[in-house]
Amino acid sequence: MPIEAPAAPPPLQPAIGARFEAVVLPWLDAAWNLARWLTRDDADAQDVVQEAMLRALRYFDSFRGGDARVWLLAIVRNTYFTLCTKALPGHLLEPIDEDVHPLVDEQASPEALTLLAVDIGSLRQALERLPAPWREVIVLRELEECSYKEIASITGQKIGTVMSRLARARERLKLELSGRSGEARRHDLR
Amino acid sequence: MICADARQLLHAYLDDELDVAQSAAMATHLQGCATCAAGFREHQRLRHALAQPDLYRHAPAALRERWTPRREPADAVAPAAPYRSRRGPIVWALAAGFAGALLLATPLFYALQQHGAAGDMLADEAVSSHLRALQPQHLMDVVSTDQHTVKPWFDGKLDFSPRVVDLAGAGFPLVGGRLDALGGRSVAALVYRRHLHLISVYEWPAAALAASAALSESQQHGYTVLRWTEGGMQYVVVSDVDPAALHEFTQKLRQASDGGDLR
Repeated sequence: MPIEAPAAPPPLQPAIGARFEAVVLPWLDAAWNLARWLTRDDADAQDVVQEAMLRALRYFDSFRGGDARVWLLAIVRNTYFTLCTKALPGHLLEPIDEDVHPLVDEQASPEALTLLAVDIGSLRQALERLPAPWREVIVLRELEECSYKEIASITGQKIGTVMSRLARARERLKLELSGRSGEARRHDLR
Repeated sequence: MICADARQLLHAYLDDELDVAQSAAMATHLQGCATCAAGFREHQRLRHALAQPDLYRHAPAALRERWTPRREPADAVAPAAPYRSRRGPIVWALAAGFAGALLLATPLFYALQQHGAAGDMLADEAVSSHLRALQPQHLMDVVSTDQHTVKPWFDGKLDFSPRVVDLAGAGFPLVGGRLDALGGRSVAALVYRRHLHLISVYEWPAAALAASAALSESQQHGYTVLRWTEGGMQYVVVSDVDPAALHEFTQKLRQASDGGDLR
């Protein structure tokens, strides 16, 4: 079959360009969303996504169908962890001692329900304050709407781990939001 | 079920990840237990709050541009965004400003350019679909060089009857057809051949308002997309064949459709 010279830009291999663009590029937002929430910084997210996309392009030959989003998000996540351990050893490891954050349901009184601050600003802050492994699972589940199975294959964890992480992350988030709304309540004019 | 168990399963229940039996047990428990029900509602509320679209971070335009192959000469005229090193707050402020302006201007743009924008997305989709079809085993649902085999094959699979014409005499033999989806609806896809190149023809009924539209052409990384509306049907033709040959094909196709409609 005659090979035409396509007008692809230099960084992309012409042969791979079209398929890569069709399969991987639609998930650029997903990649950015995860990287941005993990790094909490535009410039760092930029580095992570750029590196992850280059890796994705490099490994694209070995991508054998399946869910391209899961595949790309796993690369983004690995890239983030590699770059972080390189740049700031220990920072990322942020060990979460599950005993320190036990899964206790604070008495969920109907009152507490009204205290939950769910405006964008509070949510964003509370989410950024979560330790990375919890933030990650919340972002994948709630923002990216991945199933437990998809999260498990992105993070390389067992489904049981995903489930308990998610439960703890949500309890913690809820706690943060209740605390914040307590402060806000003082300014409430009612 | 006791409350301790319910607390264990609460999140999986919330995420719809429980099997039917557990899910039913959970629902029963929540009906009978006010404490667990309140906890559940709270998490539901939290979930709902986290679903606000503003929390989702979208890739900056500069990043997207860097990873999108250039398509048309119009794009090539604009200077390509060079890779900027990470410490460039001013550049980022500018980018943010640009993104903001884009956000503000986009609805207006869409209001004015709805047809054009929808058309570009359609061309994208058509190319992607054609590419997918080129992957092994995907090309054809019905393999036949006979339009009288291909056309009836679509019966009952679509809510319209596609025009299938024979262009073998013009050097474009019919190869087969398949069902496909473009812009959220089922369309007929016919596959023709020109030497070693394949041509996908998508057709579906046009919206009543735009019963006919002139031929428009676009290029996407080596593929030519031709698009027109005629006789109440929309057509999109995608191929990597030489654009001149594709125009010839299109002309023959339109003539055949016009003249007598070889059903």
